[in-house]
Amino acid sequence: MRHILAVLVENNPGVLTRVAGLFSRRGYNIDSLSVGRTEHPNVSRMTIVVEGDDLVLEQVTKQLHKLVDVIKINDITSEEYVDRELVLVKVGADPAVRGEIIQIVDIFRARIVDIGQRTLIIECTGDEGKISAVIESLKPFGIKELVRTGKIAMLRGHKFTSLNEFKEEE
Amino acid sequence: MKLSGAEIIIKSLQEEGVDAIFGYPGGQVIPFYDALYDATLKHYLVRHEQGAAHAADGYARATGKPGVCVATSGPGATNLVTGIATAYMDSIPMIAITGQVPCSMIGKDSFQEADITGITLPITKHNFLVDDINDLARIIKESFHIATTGRPGPVLIDVPKNVQVESTNYKYPETVSLKGYKVTMEANKAQVKNAVNLIKESRRPVIYAGGGVVNSGASSELYRLAELTSSPVTTTLMGIGSFPETHPLSLGMLGMHGTKAANYAVTDCDLLIAVGARFDDRVTGNIAEFAPKARIIHIDIDAAEIGKNIRIDVPIVGDVKNVLTELNKKLEQTESHEWYNKIIELKDKYPLAYENNGKLKPQFIIEQIYDLTKGEAIITTEVGQNQMWAAQYYKYTKPRSFISSGGLGTMGYGFPAAIGAKVGCPDAVVIDIAGDGSIQMNIQELATAVQYNIPVIVAILNNNYLGMVRQWQELFYDRRYSHTDITGPDFVKLAEAYGAMGIRVTEPGQVKPALKQAIEAKRPVVIDFVVDREENVFPMVPPGGANHKMLGG
Repeated sequence: MRHILAVLVENNPGVLTRVAGLFSRRGYNIDSLSVGRTEHPNVSRMTIVVEGDDLVLEQVTKQLHKLVDVIKINDITSEEYVDRELVLVKVGADPAVRGEIIQIVDIFRARIVDIGQRTLIIECTGDEGKISAVIESLKPFGIKELVRTGKIAMLRGHKFTSLNEFKEEE
Repeated sequence: MKLSGAEIIIKSLQEEGVDAIFGYPGGQVIPFYDALYDATLKHYLVRHEQGAAHAADGYARATGKPGVCVATSGPGATNLVTGIATAYMDSIPMIAITGQVPCSMIGKDSFQEADITGITLPITKHNFLVDDINDLARIIKESFHIATTGRPGPVLIDVPKNVQVESTNYKYPETVSLKGYKVTMEANKAQVKNAVNLIKESRRPVIYAGGGVVNSGASSELYRLAELTSSPVTTTLMGIGSFPETHPLSLGMLGMHGTKAANYAVTDCDLLIAVGARFDDRVTGNIAEFAPKARIIHIDIDAAEIGKNIRIDVPIVGDVKNVLTELNKKLEQTESHEWYNKIIELKDKYPLAYENNGKLKPQFIIEQIYDLTKGEAIITTEVGQNQMWAAQYYKYTKPRSFISSGGLGTMGYGFPAAIGAKVGCPDAVVIDIAGDGSIQMNIQELATAVQYNIPVIVAILNNNYLGMVRQWQELFYDRRYSHTDITGPDFVKLAEAYGAMGIRVTEPGQVKPALKQAIEAKRPVVIDFVVDREENVFPMVPPGGANHKMLGG
């Protein structure tokens, strides 16, 4: 089963290496990992999507907790959450097919962010299903290049993965 | 008070109560050594940085205080790696300080540059690269805190040369604030209650004690638990000494080269109380057949050890000493004559034994060492047959009296560790039980022992083989002794060349007089025991086999 971990870490040099190194040396599989700063300048947040049964996840979480730079781990898989991914796709787009591509872009509420002579770059955000669907739809036009961010996720409503203790409900 | 980085390191070490460090100078730690020139901190110059790391480790294991080693950047730092990994696998508190090229040179493949924080990432509890002198004192404070609390472990501090030279206002911090570092010391009350219930229901309990008992200083609590519950106690290699092996409830060591009594008792028990132990593969053998009839209580300070290798019925995360204290309070004295008698019967029926055929047997030598030192010595070991015989045939009664590389199995560990142990415990007789293979891995430290007159005794069980590998080749590889027939120097002459005393022993009758002479010499001594060449360590659980199916013994 796939789990989504929201992990708060000290924004120290090498913290990404520590986390990634832990996964590789213990043989855990990362589906995706995205990282960036949070509302606290000294704290970064990783969203790690990891594949494994409950036993593996228990070990992953415990081992992560042992890293001194890891402040907090939240396995949000079983909770209500919003998750998003951003993808940029460069597709072949001769003038003849541009209309068709624009239609697809509209349907998915994606955006065209660059127009070249024979290409378009399309930006799309959404959950994994939507991203996969838009990629599938664009395939027939010839995908020249594709980059995606990996999943980021956040708990819905009044639940938090945050350092602000007063906001927390655990 | 304005101090240089080098002075800050020395002051901070002294703040932490460090009285001895082990190290080796080099280009990027010259400022540190320059400051050391005027300091009162005792420094031992080793002959190879690996020796410094093992000596710091041996010092830590013998005293319970963190050991400190120092090396320069690049090759100095990488030479520490085996020693750091050894300490990491056995949860030993250690601080490794390395020089690094100046900050402006980092990342440029500078002379003697190595990314030692990167290299040691998986073998340290934590590590730091100090890029700002204003962080230095805080980082040292945090390093000692991390190394010595919770599940102990090595911490490496990499200090670029410019940081050693620059100066800043020095004040050693009084407290540590680490958001991501929390240690669970106290047991969960509900789980303690569950454990009490399991213990009450049990008819055939066994306590399985590991290095956590030693680290936590919980030997007396363990003793109390064993007596309260009439549970026999078996220890891991790391747990040796945590329970007196002279006690009727002691089963000795379990696992691959454990006693038959221990392995049979664990196989038969209905409750296994694991205390500060981690179900290592050398302990469990085939895990599916390990303690198959037992429910398991697992007490450990590291939550990640719970359920890592085996399913646990009652997990208790906490400091072993605290947990056992709580547990003992809630237990009443129970008697279990049937189980007790069974244990005594197992011990009587399956004692450790070897064939006494008039030749010089390694087991006999260990017995003689025990006899002569009355169990009061600190024994360190190398790795291989020497280590297993030392574990089996000496009766340990006190924690920190058996010092050995358990998890990593580092050949060459025992001798520098003995030096560290002797520095930490100058009044103890310290004996490294070595093989002729292992001792050659760090033999250069004889010069260190002689220079500072650190009177350790090296007892080489010399069979001109890499004995343990040869044993495996004999048993599992059709006696194809591929590259295990090893020669060595004349160890007596070698010892003398270094300025130590050398003694050769070839007959059983010479063993005790030689040991006596060595102990009385009050200087470093190497005893070359020329032993029966193809002696094996038994009993033995074949790798991956079930613990109750042992070979030999």
